[in-house]
Amino acid sequence: MELTTDQREGVAVLHVTGRLTMAAAGELKAAVDREVAAGRTLVVVDLGDTAFLDSSGLGALVGGLRSARAAGGDLRIARVGAQVRTVLELTTMDRVLRPYADVEDAVGDRR
Amino acid sequence: MRQQLVLRVVVVLTLVLGVNYIAWRWLESVNWSAWWIAVPLVIAETYSLVDVALFGTTMWRARRRDDPPPPPRDLTVDVFVTTYNEPVELVMRTAEAARDIAYPHRTWVLDDGSRPELAAAARAAGVGYIERSEDWTDRPRHAKAGNLNNALFATEGEFLLILDADQIPEPEILDRVLGYFADPGVALVQTPQFFTNVTGADPLGSQAPLFYGPIQQGKDGWNAAFFCGSNAVLRRDALMQLGLVGYVRETERSVREALHASRRLLARAQRSAPDAEQAAVLHEVQQAAARALAALDAGEPLSDVTYGFQREVDAISAQVVARDVASIQDDLAAIAALPIARDDEIGAVVVDEPALARLADREWSPLGAIESVQALVRAVDVDRSSEAQAVMPVATLSVTEDMATAMRLHALGWRTVYHHESLAHGLAPEDLGTMMTQRLRWAQGTMQVMLKENPLGVRGLKVGQKLMYFATMWSYLSGFAALVYLAAPIIFLCFGVLPVTAWTVDFFARFIPFFLASQLLFLVAARGVKTWRGQQYALALFPVWIKAVWTAVANVWFGRPLGFAVTPKVRPDGSPSQWRLVWPQLLAMGLLVVAALIGIVRQSMGLAWWVGTAVNLVWVVYDLVVLSVVVQALRYRGFTGPEATPPASARRRGIA
Repeated sequence: MELTTDQREGVAVLHVTGRLTMAAAGELKAAVDREVAAGRTLVVVDLGDTAFLDSSGLGALVGGLRSARAAGGDLRIARVGAQVRTVLELTTMDRVLRPYADVEDAVGDRR
Repeated sequence: MRQQLVLRVVVVLTLVLGVNYIAWRWLESVNWSAWWIAVPLVIAETYSLVDVALFGTTMWRARRRDDPPPPPRDLTVDVFVTTYNEPVELVMRTAEAARDIAYPHRTWVLDDGSRPELAAAARAAGVGYIERSEDWTDRPRHAKAGNLNNALFATEGEFLLILDADQIPEPEILDRVLGYFADPGVALVQTPQFFTNVTGADPLGSQAPLFYGPIQQGKDGWNAAFFCGSNAVLRRDALMQLGLVGYVRETERSVREALHASRRLLARAQRSAPDAEQAAVLHEVQQAAARALAALDAGEPLSDVTYGFQREVDAISAQVVARDVASIQDDLAAIAALPIARDDEIGAVVVDEPALARLADREWSPLGAIESVQALVRAVDVDRSSEAQAVMPVATLSVTEDMATAMRLHALGWRTVYHHESLAHGLAPEDLGTMMTQRLRWAQGTMQVMLKENPLGVRGLKVGQKLMYFATMWSYLSGFAALVYLAAPIIFLCFGVLPVTAWTVDFFARFIPFFLASQLLFLVAARGVKTWRGQQYALALFPVWIKAVWTAVANVWFGRPLGFAVTPKVRPDGSPSQWRLVWPQLLAMGLLVVAALIGIVRQSMGLAWWVGTAVNLVWVVYDLVVLSVVVQALRYRGFTGPEATPPASARRRGIA
């Protein structure tokens, strides 16, 4: 997995390229925590280039959601692919992590 | 019988004289001050003695068989004509002759080139046509062995006659050999390969009268007659047994290898794991692998062990998923407890059993993220998914499928027969380049088998059989000895460096009797067939033999490709670069001539000792005469004369 970050006022956009799996989960969770601690409490995870998500990757997203919410912010996901969507629906997690069509929608939908 | 007795006397005589000479060479006459040439020379000479000893062992029980009983009338036979890229007319000439074989049978063209025009020609001639099934797409094709294995599962005859595309069979071929199979232990009958497009002088050394004659008869005496890839009949049952036994063995070997390798890989992965949890998971997989290996060692069935291992890995995967889901649920509960309410439905999240199972299965398993584990799980399975067919009756471990197949048949206790009667005639390469490619391929194949399945270590083979296979492999190491035999006289004549302490009476009294005895052995064993051409090429193709050993070692031990080429059956047009093919030989000849001149000059100036010069000049002349075959081959412009006929002993005897 490759992780790149765009930072704006109060907002961090994390682009995840490759496979969001057990091997990458820790890195993503740490990145979310870092952004939240720096005051960018609205974290958008761009999954447009994420080919694959497993249970550990999902765990990292929910863990990130918890950090963001605890800091009064939110974690949102955007541009999910077919496999990621299937995992979300299978676990009914799409009710909590609602997929946004694109990053700007996710950023713009400020509560 | 008397002839055999004479032969055995000569064998014993040669070995006694040979040991007498070589022992003296090692103990008394190595010139240690020039060890860099003295030691290679004495090793090369020892190599040659072993070669002669193996030849003597081969000839010890040479067996000339009587005619077999006539075949029963109700056997089912498939005749396979194998082709890759030979011209359609050439293939069809053989296919039509195969169709016209007298004994009832079905004929099939096995086209590895999948050529529509050949399929049409086969149909028109009323013979079957088989190409590779879809299973072979994107899998190892295994050349001719793969072609045969594919056809074995598309046909059903009890016996198979295998013919190369250019080996035209006589109508009575099956009637002459099927009788041997009345013995239920016989798996193979091999007949000679004889080439009709070869002149009497045979400048390319195409005919192998010593091999398809005394040597095969000698091997037959030890129940080790070789399968030579064409002009042979095989029993399907025996091949199928080979395939099944091979499947089990291959699978167990690959599973074992994977489990062994995994111990190291998983340990390394644990050290570099990003967190303690992953390291713990890897540790569990490692433990499962160790348990599987122990179960294999304890002799538990392979299928049970692999199934058990897969289940353990699945269980570990399920644990990881359960842990992930538990932490997700923790997080969700913590989020729900936060004072800020959201419009989402945290309470509605339910990860049920089917969802858990799906997350843990092979496709989505978090263990899949760890490459070492994924590869291990794939490898520890019994479906051999990397191959087109789980069962490969014809051995695929070498580019020459025949030797390995016969060796495995022998190891399973089957018998083979060499039937010394020319019942198919073929076309030999007509140019040096093609001939050398073919020899290189045979030598590479033989060395691959030697390195991968050394006959001396193959369980199930009798001592005699081991020696017969080893003898052929050993003979392909001759390139290195040849190099020393070429270098030693050059070094003496140019620099006066003596590899032997003295060329004195001691030397001649030991060497000359051994040399003469071994020549006599060849003469007696050959029973009148011409063997000189073969002897010349054994030395003159030294660069080919060395290349074969070198590439086979690189291939087997270091996984490099062999650069394998199929032997073209028609002469390539215009070949001005033929000289380049044999530059090492031409260079050696040049050096020998120059060395001889320098030696004569040194001698006339009183710088050298006359006996040494004389011995080495004789040696140079011998080397030059042997190497001169290369010049003859270069001057050969292809075959024009009348068709050649087999040696008298192998002439067709007609239906008994």
